[in-house]
Amino acid sequence: MRRFFHNLNFLVGFGLSAVVVGMALLSLVWTPYPPNEMNSGARLRPPSLEHPLGTDQYGRDILSRVMNGAVNSIVVGLVTVAMGLFVGVILGLAAAYWGGVAEEGTMRLCDLLFAFPAVLTAILITSVLGPSVINAMLAIGIFYIPVFARLTRAVAKTVWHRDFIAAARASGLSDWSITWRHVLPNILSPLIIQGTIQFAVAILAEAGLSYLGLGAQPPNPSWGRMLYEAQTFLGTGPWMAIFPGLAIAWAVLGFNLLGDGLRDTLDPKMVRMR
Amino acid sequence: MILFLLKRFSMAVAMLGLVALVVFSVLFVLPGDPAQLILGIQATPEKLAALRAELGLDRPFWEQFWDWIWSLLSLKGSRSIAYDVPVLDLILSRLAVTGPLALMAMLVAVFIAIPLGVYAARHQNRPGDLAVMGFTQLGLATPEFWLGILLMLLLAVQAGWFSAGGFPGWREDLLGSLKALLLPAFALGVIRAAVLARLTRSSMLDVLREDFVRTARAKGLKERVVIYGHAFRNALIPVVTIMGLQLGQLLAGAIIIENVYYLPGLGRLVFQAIGQRDLPVVREVVLVMAAMVILVNFLVDVLYSLLDPRVRME
Repeated sequence: MRRFFHNLNFLVGFGLSAVVVGMALLSLVWTPYPPNEMNSGARLRPPSLEHPLGTDQYGRDILSRVMNGAVNSIVVGLVTVAMGLFVGVILGLAAAYWGGVAEEGTMRLCDLLFAFPAVLTAILITSVLGPSVINAMLAIGIFYIPVFARLTRAVAKTVWHRDFIAAARASGLSDWSITWRHVLPNILSPLIIQGTIQFAVAILAEAGLSYLGLGAQPPNPSWGRMLYEAQTFLGTGPWMAIFPGLAIAWAVLGFNLLGDGLRDTLDPKMVRMR
Repeated sequence: MILFLLKRFSMAVAMLGLVALVVFSVLFVLPGDPAQLILGIQATPEKLAALRAELGLDRPFWEQFWDWIWSLLSLKGSRSIAYDVPVLDLILSRLAVTGPLALMAMLVAVFIAIPLGVYAARHQNRPGDLAVMGFTQLGLATPEFWLGILLMLLLAVQAGWFSAGGFPGWREDLLGSLKALLLPAFALGVIRAAVLARLTRSSMLDVLREDFVRTARAKGLKERVVIYGHAFRNALIPVVTIMGLQLGQLLAGAIIIENVYYLPGLGRLVFQAIGQRDLPVVREVVLVMAAMVILVNFLVDVLYSLLDPRVRME
């Protein structure tokens, strides 16, 4: 654990991400004001002691909404990465194990998914299924499947050719046991690194979909939707456009740096190459 | 080489066919009846049935699919339900906004990224390098539409130097149109510059460690010549590849920024068409966007194989 905290990227990334996660957890039990509570007497108030990040066009406290919006972003990140990992790892492991037609088929399927413009397809999916945060997660998660499938296949293939796999086979272990006990643990590091980076990408993607009205639905706070609402009030309430965007950049920077730090520490070859 | 090209080309065509099938299938199950949309909720069932028959919506899936493919191959395409014009005309008119926007964004990205990347590589682990890497991390973390909104806030709403969105049209006001694309192009370009600068830096660092660079220095060549005459040209290969991919993505993925700035581009067209259930527009724009991504990938493959013969051998 100590080697992680000797890495600057990890340290900064961990700090930034911890703030986001902490803010989200805190918002589940406490926010300065109820995030959806409207107050017609406090509309478009600039940042003050009473409302540190100001209020929006309905008099809602922006700090409370930014805090609660973090929950939305974290849930989207977790669910989409879990979805991509679950399906992608199974496909990648199968492609690496069987090779031949199974491998070619899986990889071409990945190519097919990559050929679709991501944002556009996410819009299409949410349009077919209806705008909601669950459908937004599905739309983002689908694009994570080829990412993890390719990575798993590439790394698992090299593991299958290692000597300890031959030794495991010679000791009479079944291929299933070898996959579960030897291959999977040996590909975990790159998967964790990629997962952290995709977590950050999911936060960005969800913000974009919410901006277009296809993610979390009002009145539930989401950073992307808050930016959309802010655009109408740029002249009278510019703070509305600043803080939700800062929250997105903060969270994405945190998880990106965390991913970089993990890579530096878990994959020493990369450090030597730098 | 010809065999390699043929293989890659046939794969690209097959991919495009698959994309067409997937797009058509997805939109086939999309809820909402185009006939109802055209005639409104007051329409009688008879009128609706007649219009569905006229539009060919009552025919089996495969029949509709092959008709569509044939109309595309004969360069006719479908007709937009909402605008009542050929979709291909609509796409061409919107590409006149998205195309220049993507090119301008790439120019911004290149002008920022290449000097920064080269500078960072030449000053590795020094304060300048750390500052560039800091910029790239911030660029990777910033949503482009937020940067677009901030630029709009500062330069349009507060300074009044730009309009806060809209597009006058190339024929009506050439300079005004160019100006309308500047802020969104900058927002798109700065974010892409972050990726390109990182790549330029790492590519330059790799090349600067090569033997031929040491030889060039040992020959007594000036540092400028070593950097720009020898190292930079070789470091550019992966950078150009990613630039190509980014251009493809920009042509297909400027949907959000076009919405931020109310630009009548391809992205906004398809976004509105989905809302209006204008299925012919949606499926043809999606296909054109996917075709652009596939075409750029194909060209990158070809370029790479020309630059690095080992790719052809795989």
